[in-house]
Amino acid sequence: MTLQEKKAAVIEDFSMYDEWLDKYEYLIELGKNLEPFPDEKKTDDRLIKGCQSRVWLDVREDKGKLYFSADSDAVITKGIISLLVSVYSGESAEEIAEDDFAFLESIGLRENLSPTRAGGLVSMVDTIRTLAKNGR
Amino acid sequence: MDVNELRKLFPILSIKSAGRDIVYLDNAATSQRPVQVSDKILEINNFCNANIHRAVHSLASAATGQYEAARKAVAEFIGAGAEREIVFTSGTTASVNLVAFCFGEKFVGNGDEIIVPEAEHHSNLVPWQMLCERKGAILRVLKVLDNGELDLDGLERLISDRTRLIAAAHVSNVLGIVNPVGEIIRIAHSRGVPVLIDGAQGIVHEKVDVQALDCDFYAFSGHKMFASTGTGVLYGKKRWLDSLPPFMGGGEMIGSVSFSGTTYADAPYKFEAGTQNISGVPTFVPAISMTKLCREDASLSQNLVNIRDFVLETLLQDDRIRLFGVPRETSAKIPLFSFAVNGAHHEDLALILDKMGIAVRSGQMCAEPLMDRFGVTGMLRASFAAYNTMEEAEYFIKSLDRAIKMLI
Repeated sequence: MTLQEKKAAVIEDFSMYDEWLDKYEYLIELGKNLEPFPDEKKTDDRLIKGCQSRVWLDVREDKGKLYFSADSDAVITKGIISLLVSVYSGESAEEIAEDDFAFLESIGLRENLSPTRAGGLVSMVDTIRTLAKNGR
Repeated sequence: MDVNELRKLFPILSIKSAGRDIVYLDNAATSQRPVQVSDKILEINNFCNANIHRAVHSLASAATGQYEAARKAVAEFIGAGAEREIVFTSGTTASVNLVAFCFGEKFVGNGDEIIVPEAEHHSNLVPWQMLCERKGAILRVLKVLDNGELDLDGLERLISDRTRLIAAAHVSNVLGIVNPVGEIIRIAHSRGVPVLIDGAQGIVHEKVDVQALDCDFYAFSGHKMFASTGTGVLYGKKRWLDSLPPFMGGGEMIGSVSFSGTTYADAPYKFEAGTQNISGVPTFVPAISMTKLCREDASLSQNLVNIRDFVLETLLQDDRIRLFGVPRETSAKIPLFSFAVNGAHHEDLALILDKMGIAVRSGQMCAEPLMDRFGVTGMLRASFAAYNTMEEAEYFIKSLDRAIKMLI
């Protein structure tokens, strides 16, 4: 799937839920899809700043594509970062750096989370962008 | 007065959250405002706005009258000996910083010591750390016991001949326990050490008489006790306020100004530099009436005691929940509950409760050292006010159970 196709699929998945509690249930399920994140990688330099819960993000490059892995100690946040990891893993650094991340608004994630929480989301997006720009 | 009558005075309580009347349980962060307070702000802005203490015109004199009436009301409210012992600030944080700076400048030097309890809000911790850094002084920490009470026995040992001040909360914003501040002050004074009480939470729930308490300083905010946001008080004994240097320089804190030297006004004015919160400070008058009503009305105060007892008992019986701050005497507990849930993150719980229409606080509650003390990354806090109902408390408990079941 291309990046655009992946985003469209996410929007379609979320459109099935009207209730926010159901969206949270779905996000919690998504979080369970993340590959196990080893404890020795839960270091401060992989910690995303600006989130109320702890979120770790790591990236590796393979044949010009970036692959993310992540974890969080809060399950809703883990669902959100899992969503970002699944959408952006396998894309090139250039494509990620230039993306507008607008699909997050289409699924209501940004507006429906509290400012602190939106701050956390912004931090997650910023970190992914920065990692892509630095070509790590 | 019935709690439902009281609720009518707080329009915000009928706004909708998740399709129902909001259940506001973040009162320890800020209380909601009654119409009397909003009306006072409008009254000042629409009919009584001028800069205070300066001009001779009648509008300025009316505005000054409103401002100084608040000083009188506050002085009476906390039993101060004189109105000039009341300094208006922007809030508890500003009050504590004022003392940390002014008292620190005058009385704290290299190797001196300041004592703070482990449970303090950052606002009664960081200003003292900054002072210690500036002066080469040492911050000593009074331990908190496992049940959240202060290790009062440790205080005697902690005080040395270098101790310059003890700064302690009347009520911890996390543990909700009324600290034995009278006893702390007695011990401190027996060793010649002055005491500042952070009354941000205490002023809301406890009757305060600063003269009976004999504290040297008492700091609190208006916004947690129904007054306008951006208002605060520093009570200081006259002899302390007189002996401290000014804090900020500027208008209205001066005696006379010239390039050869400037003299300062007497307390409290020397601490009130610049244009003051002209529309906010007068709201102390209706806010104090409201605070007294909530505390003194038999039906309202009984309602809050019933809520406290119900929530306390329910949380204590739930073995999924670890409640922090359980004093030996229940009467020392205010209706504020901070807890962790085994296997569920505080942020997840707060997000889910929000979608059930309940506003609670999650995180470190501006008390990181206390989080470390109890070995948690954060807590969930529900804090009740006089306008909360037993139905809301029951709905909170039911919703919390549902949220926990979603997560574990």
